[in-house]
Amino acid sequence: MFPVVERRMIVPNVHVLSIEAPEVAESARPGNFIILRPDEQGERIPLTIADWDTSAGTVTSVFVQVGASTAKLARLKPGDRIPSYAGPLGHETEIDRFGTVLVIGGCYGLGSIHPIARALKAAGNRVFALIEARSSYLLYWEDRLRATCERVVVITRDGSRGYKGHVTRLAEILALEGIKPDRVIVHGCTYQMMEISGQTQPLGIKTIVSMNPIMIDGTGMCGVCRLTVAGETKFACVDGPEFDGHEVDWEEFLARRESYSSEEVEPLHRSGCASHF
Amino acid sequence: MSPVDYIRRPMPKQEPFERVRNFDEVALGYPADVAREEASRCLACKKPGCVDGCPVGIDIPGFINCVAEGDFAMGIRKIKETNALPAVCGRVCPQEEQCEKNCVLGKKGDPVGIGRLERFLADWEAEKGAGEAPPLPPLNGKAVAVIGSGPAGITVAADLALRGYEMTMFEALHEAGGVLTYGIPEFRLPKAIVRREVEYVRSLGVRLRLNFVVGKTRTIDSLLDSFDAIFVAAGAGLPWFLEIPGENLNGVYSANEYLTRCNLMRGFRFPAVDTPLKRSARVAVFGGGNVAMDSARTALRLGADEVHIVYRRSREELPARAEEAENAEEEGVIFDFLTLPVRLIGDERGWLAEIECRRMELGEPDASGRRRPIEIPGSEFSMSMDASVCAIGNSPNPLIPMSTPGLDVGKRGNIVVEEETGQTSRERVWAGGDVVTGAATVISAMGAGRKAARSIDQTLFARR
Ligand SMILES: Cc1cc2nc3c(=O)[nH]c(=O)nc-3n(C[C@H](O)[C@H](O)[C@H](O)COP(=O)(O)OP(=O)(O)OC[C@H]3O[C@@H](n4cnc5c(N)ncnc54)[C@H](O)[C@@H]3O)c2cc1C
Ligand SMILES: Cc1cc2nc3c(=O)[nH]c(=O)nc-3n(C[C@H](O)[C@H](O)[C@H](O)COP(=O)(O)OP(=O)(O)OC[C@H]3O[C@@H](n4cnc5c(N)ncnc54)[C@H](O)[C@@H]3O)c2cc1C
Ligand code: SF4
Ligand code: SF4
Ligand code: FES
Repeated sequence: MFPVVERRMIVPNVHVLSIEAPEVAESARPGNFIILRPDEQGERIPLTIADWDTSAGTVTSVFVQVGASTAKLARLKPGDRIPSYAGPLGHETEIDRFGTVLVIGGCYGLGSIHPIARALKAAGNRVFALIEARSSYLLYWEDRLRATCERVVVITRDGSRGYKGHVTRLAEILALEGIKPDRVIVHGCTYQMMEISGQTQPLGIKTIVSMNPIMIDGTGMCGVCRLTVAGETKFACVDGPEFDGHEVDWEEFLARRESYSSEEVEPLHRSGCASHF
Repeated sequence: MSPVDYIRRPMPKQEPFERVRNFDEVALGYPADVAREEASRCLACKKPGCVDGCPVGIDIPGFINCVAEGDFAMGIRKIKETNALPAVCGRVCPQEEQCEKNCVLGKKGDPVGIGRLERFLADWEAEKGAGEAPPLPPLNGKAVAVIGSGPAGITVAADLALRGYEMTMFEALHEAGGVLTYGIPEFRLPKAIVRREVEYVRSLGVRLRLNFVVGKTRTIDSLLDSFDAIFVAAGAGLPWFLEIPGENLNGVYSANEYLTRCNLMRGFRFPAVDTPLKRSARVAVFGGGNVAMDSARTALRLGADEVHIVYRRSREELPARAEEAENAEEEGVIFDFLTLPVRLIGDERGWLAEIECRRMELGEPDASGRRRPIEIPGSEFSMSMDASVCAIGNSPNPLIPMSTPGLDVGKRGNIVVEEETGQTSRERVWAGGDVVTGAATVISAMGAGRKAARSIDQTLFARR
């Protein structure tokens, strides 16, 4: 059993979860993920590692409450124990001296891009961040990014902070800000990653996305996480989760993500609404 | 001397119409009186062929004689001298290819039901209560790590614990047992039996570390700092696909996904558990081995109206255990022999709708000695299906080789070892089971474990 050290809502519907798992903390690298089960009846669900502390032996993720499993996570309290916590899984983010790198985060990605930005900076890159949310009150961990990045650009859907709108304005915003990235790395929701890949392709900017298909084991055993990259079938859990966004077959990916949407409603009904908004 | 009895006693089974509606075990086992009758058929051969056919060399006439005499306690003790998992092997060994194939009675009639008698004794012991844990020697000061908790890993953990080693077994998933837990379904191998066997190993002082992915959580090299030797028994868990168009449609599964959702995650109880498992109406299973039979029979139990096994060779070449193919047929699985799926066709929402197949005929025998299937041009036809399960094979997972420099692997990613010892190209690292041979059998994985345990013991003992 793995003790919960912290579970706290940081902005509406978004929580941090820190678990005591010293061996995972010891081996964690930027871009890795873990798989956990909230309880004995629970699914195995993947979460990206957003931070870790080797001396305390803890690993932190940021999660968005969407369905039954994340609702169970949202009810955890410090001192509770969860039955499974396996990782770090997947390849770590490729870190090298690329020149100028733009990290983009949305949703839970505002958390998980932070260790990536940190590692890129340490490797001698100029690092810029672009963060997106529906409204300013949904932004979090901006201070951490500001401490690491040369500049943090903000977009909000309602214009309550920074640029108003959506990542569809990416090319325009890069021009206005005078940022010429050699590489873009995006962690966020699928539509955001797909949209950004579409924007950067004509600009010829290498774009890395962190794919989040349905998973079970996370070790390459079941094949449910497969997707097509550059015409080849890949398993996101062992070949990824990061891939070149210009090579991903997005249409197929979106269809596969929906394969259990009708069943996902069922446990949600049972999960009660105590922690819903 | 009574005349030779050539007729095997039947084992009671759940009726087909009954069992397709539940996940309970199909074969119910011999009652004691029938077991004794069946055992009395054994001729107690001086040179028993049956023993040569058993990969772990169980004293078969010895334990069968105990059954005939009614001394069940002695019988199970005799088996356990050489086989730590009799309840499992008695159920899933391909006996008709192994021990029973060589039984003299088989020349003129039915061979002795060796597997069934083995199962009878194991179940008898379990029913009686906890099996007696053998006395443990004092710890010898050496620590050995086992990677993977399937039959190969369990065998090495038990063998070496009984020789005084401090044992730790690492398992990537949240439950131990390997394929016995996530692959073979409840109706063929109840999970309570697997759990009992795992508990037995733990009662020998073996430490079990679940949720620990070697190669990720820690590497082999880093474990070698804390252990004197490592036995890699990571199985052959990487699923193959046919590599035909349409395989990433929704409703297209690998057998590993389908069976893992059902067995490990207990998806058949959804929504009482959170992991969903689709209840499809028309299911096609590709392949002809045990894995294909298990997938097809699982689909039926989940409520499918029609389940097909699509196999490119003929009935004679079916690699599945004969008994399981018969069970599948009795339950209503439809066999499409000499049929090759060539394309999977989706609907506008990305769900499987149809499978296109081609008819085959058999040509000359190939390297495996089986007649090679040849496609008949122009014989395409299609069947409407809302799910397909690919059960054409698995190879070893690359996680460990990828993270272990200097560990030699073969073409299909299998770890290369010295045949007699299980020693790999890395010092202090042994391997065995499916990770070496590719997908094989429970008992061969155990046999490999036994050999490796002996070699590890000899090597570490020499160093002491
Ligand atoms: C490698 C990887 C890393 C991930 N990292 C994070 C993370 O750091 N933080 C985080 O919040 N989530 C992350 N996810 C997604 C997370 O695993 C899912 O949100 C979670 O499994 C949903 O479980 P649920 O039972 O609460 O929702 P479900 O009941 O399974 O789904 C509810 C709704 O969410 C949608 N959904 C289903 N699967 C996903 C998915 N994979 N991603 C997004 N939406 C989904 C469904 O379509 C449905 O509408 C990651 C996924 C992967 C594969
Ligand atoms: C559906 C199905 C039906 C079968 N039916 C039969 C049958 O009727 N009769 C028969 O004899 N055989 C049958 N087999 C084959 C038999 O189950 C296998 O040959 C046998 O289980 C192999 O044992 P093993 O110990 O080598 O590996 P496995 O049983 O595969 O166990 C390997 C274990 O290692 C774990 N692991 C893998 N990588 C790592 C890692 N990096 N770190 C930690 N742990 C790891 C895995 O999670 C797994 O639990 C069947 C197989 C399947 C899939
Ligand atoms: S272990 Fe398998 S092969 Fe050996 S006697 Fe038992 S059933 Fe036969
Ligand atoms: S070969 Fe058959 S008859 Fe002879 S000892 Fe073995 S089981 Fe008995
Ligand atoms: S999650 Fe099972 S293979 Fe990737």
